[in-house]
Amino acid sequence: MSTVTTDPHAHAEHEHHHGPAKGLKRWLYTTNHKDIGTLYLLFALTMFFIGGAMAMVIRAELFQPGLQIVQPDFFNQMTTVHGLIMVFGAVMPAFTGLANWLVPMMIGAPDMALPRMNNWSFWILPFAFSILLLSLFMEGGGPGFGWTFYAPLSTTYSSDSTALFVFSVHIMGISSIMGAINVIVTIMNLRAPGMTYMKMPLFVWTWFITAYLLIAVMPVLAGAVTMVLTDKYFGTSFFDAAGGGDPVLFQHIFWFFGHPEVYIMILPAFGIVSSIVPTFARKPLFGYASMVYATSSIALLSFLVWAHHMFTTGMPVFAELFFMYCTMLIAVPTGVKVFNWVATMWRGAMTFEVPMMFALAFIVLFTIGGFSGLMLAITPADFQYHDTYFVVAHFHYVLVTGAIFSIMAAAYYWLPKWTGHMYDETLGQWHFWCSLISVNVLFFPMHFVGLAGMPRRIPDYALQFADFNALISIGGFAFGLSQLLFVWLVVKCIKGGEKATAQVWEGAEGLEWTIPSPAPYHSFTTPPEIK
Amino acid sequence: MAKTSYLCWSLLTFLLAFSTQSAEMPLNMTQGVTEISQQVYHLHMKIFYICCAIGVAVFGVMFWSIIHHRKSKGVEPAQFHESTKVELLWTALPVVILILMAIPATQTLIAMEDTSEADVTVLITGSQWKWHYKYMDHKVEYYSLLATPRKQIDNKLKKGDNYLLEVDRPLVIPTGKKVRFLVTSDDVIHSWWVPAFAVKKDANPGFINEAWTKVDHPGVYRGQCAELCGKDHGFMPIVVIAKDQADFDQWIAQEAATQAAAKAEEQKLLSMNMSKEELMALGEKTYMGYCAACHQPTGMGIPGVFPALKGSKMALEDLPGHIDIVLNGKTGTAMQAFAKQLSLSEIAAVITYERNAWDNNTGDLVQAADIAKAQKP
Repeated sequence: MSTVTTDPHAHAEHEHHHGPAKGLKRWLYTTNHKDIGTLYLLFALTMFFIGGAMAMVIRAELFQPGLQIVQPDFFNQMTTVHGLIMVFGAVMPAFTGLANWLVPMMIGAPDMALPRMNNWSFWILPFAFSILLLSLFMEGGGPGFGWTFYAPLSTTYSSDSTALFVFSVHIMGISSIMGAINVIVTIMNLRAPGMTYMKMPLFVWTWFITAYLLIAVMPVLAGAVTMVLTDKYFGTSFFDAAGGGDPVLFQHIFWFFGHPEVYIMILPAFGIVSSIVPTFARKPLFGYASMVYATSSIALLSFLVWAHHMFTTGMPVFAELFFMYCTMLIAVPTGVKVFNWVATMWRGAMTFEVPMMFALAFIVLFTIGGFSGLMLAITPADFQYHDTYFVVAHFHYVLVTGAIFSIMAAAYYWLPKWTGHMYDETLGQWHFWCSLISVNVLFFPMHFVGLAGMPRRIPDYALQFADFNALISIGGFAFGLSQLLFVWLVVKCIKGGEKATAQVWEGAEGLEWTIPSPAPYHSFTTPPEIK
Repeated sequence: MAKTSYLCWSLLTFLLAFSTQSAEMPLNMTQGVTEISQQVYHLHMKIFYICCAIGVAVFGVMFWSIIHHRKSKGVEPAQFHESTKVELLWTALPVVILILMAIPATQTLIAMEDTSEADVTVLITGSQWKWHYKYMDHKVEYYSLLATPRKQIDNKLKKGDNYLLEVDRPLVIPTGKKVRFLVTSDDVIHSWWVPAFAVKKDANPGFINEAWTKVDHPGVYRGQCAELCGKDHGFMPIVVIAKDQADFDQWIAQEAATQAAAKAEEQKLLSMNMSKEELMALGEKTYMGYCAACHQPTGMGIPGVFPALKGSKMALEDLPGHIDIVLNGKTGTAMQAFAKQLSLSEIAAVITYERNAWDNNTGDLVQAADIAKAQKP
């Protein structure tokens, strides 16, 4: 026995340092940025389908005038929870997952700076969303006051699930703040020698700025939900005029969080598109520095425009003008970004793999969302657009064909690096084209329905809107089904496929493409050299 | 594949939509019937055209590049990647365009917010889920409720032309006069919106907002509540009838007389007793109009949100408590005070109905005089 040469203890040590643990424990206890990134991404995908299922309920009810499938009370719960799940459960965790996977690899770091906090910030999320989803089964139903939970509908007039809603939003906020701290600390401290701020890839830059936005506004959201809680249960009157409060105060607080939140969901998307377009145009990004400045300007301006969500609440003319001008100003840096992307393509040598297709669709469709955003900024016209389907069309263009298309693009772009296999290009193109066509059948007609006067958040509508709503619903079902192709593709890619090279894409540049595919469990244990 | 057939379907429906019923839904914002709404429409179109022009330019360059600058054509990529001049140009140019947009927007906005020198003032109060109109210069006030029958909503009856856009008592305003609206709410936030006037103003509980309109032509104009206000947010429409000054004067005089007479009648009724049949008939009508939205036509309520009346302790035993809660509401809940919404006999009848319908058979009869007594302790 004593002649056995392998030392089991030393072997275990070896395993511990160089490979993941096995089974469920690997995922529960992991502090590895790649494992946590994977968890975030899979969680986001799950939530995308749960929130999507709720959208299907909404579209099924709106397929025809009259009440057929659900009652108004439940309809309101569906619109509310659909919004909350998609914002806090799908888009934000997906971006955090991408940051976890990519930021360390892009700056030449071995891992995130605060790995245990990283584990914690992910693992509280499933609890937050379980609480939110289970509240739907309470007597009186789940939250039905819209994802914006305007007081006093969410205080005096809400059901008792509100307490659970508040608790769950608190947990989501804590998770986001921890994730943001981690990103900032990692970027500030773990950059490889020679990687100055102005050499960082744009995805790192945009996430860096996003993380500051998160730290600035998530506490504001926490304050808002806490005030809702105390107004409802502990006799305070922050939002009740009878006790000296003001219901409009709620909206100021909410949108002071809410507008930067919108940019939290789009700045990382800018970073993704800025990585993908140069790769497939085989040409460096045009105007790197101006991209950084434009992103920073958008972030700063986002704190000065919140009340453009509230033009109809009855503000002084002076305030309306101020918020209108500031909002219009945002078009300038956003325009600069779009112009830079187009200039990057100009005289490049382009190919059109799935990531590039999603990135191109992003540029066109996000810009359309930007145009309707500019129209909404014009206060007198906003009086007609506000709270109609025109707004619904606007924010779904920026969030679905904007944020979610960018996340799809990122998934296709980096999947070979994550799994070590190329994805199925044909299947990916099918997914892209089905999504592109159906998403426009889904959201484009909403512009017309809104201009014709259909308010949002109603379970039933006047007969003139019937044909368009049927069409929108068909687009919605088709878009929902198209996403199943994506799941099929991802599963296929994880299981096998053509081996990916380290470089993966001919034109790709950046540190993540210098390490093998799949990326080893620990990348850059010694920092790389940056020219 | 399933997806392809879906796409074919959607295309087909799209074509059908245009061939059969395209005349029904306008595809653009309404021009409306006031000077302001016209200005808003033109502002909207101006911005829309500017956006289209920018879109054509940017997407034009982009698609030209996509078509010509592709690897499959054997092009070599250029390597240029910055130009301060170009960056400055495409920063400055949008600023100029934005200033051109902001000027007319500012002018229209200032005109819209000038509520001074109004000829007629109407106080509009939203509550779950109805509107109340009060003419400040006349003794006229009333509630305006959805008139679409429940059966149409539940698909048991064919839907009428103005499905969900019809009310029992529309707001009436004179043409050619500046009408000022004072907008507020009794419970949650609502929003009073009539697209043809380009007026959308939030009704905030405890605060009063102002808006105004001047309609030049007589007509019927329809709108809806625009702010999520709970369960029946989709079921509180607005109908405004604009009448010539002469017709308006006649209408408001008649309305004031009718309301005064009703009040006098009410006082007389105090000394008379209604029969159980009369009480139950009036009570059912009132219940369906004012109570059933929450407590449900079955009296079962919605568990956890709206309490059931059928078999409830209050409806079976506590008569003074029952009268009190209908008259004064219950603070901190959605239960409204109905003292100013309903007449004494309606309140008496609805309480009688609630105590005798759905097997609540208490046999209690409540008369208008009982309500009057409870009101003045």
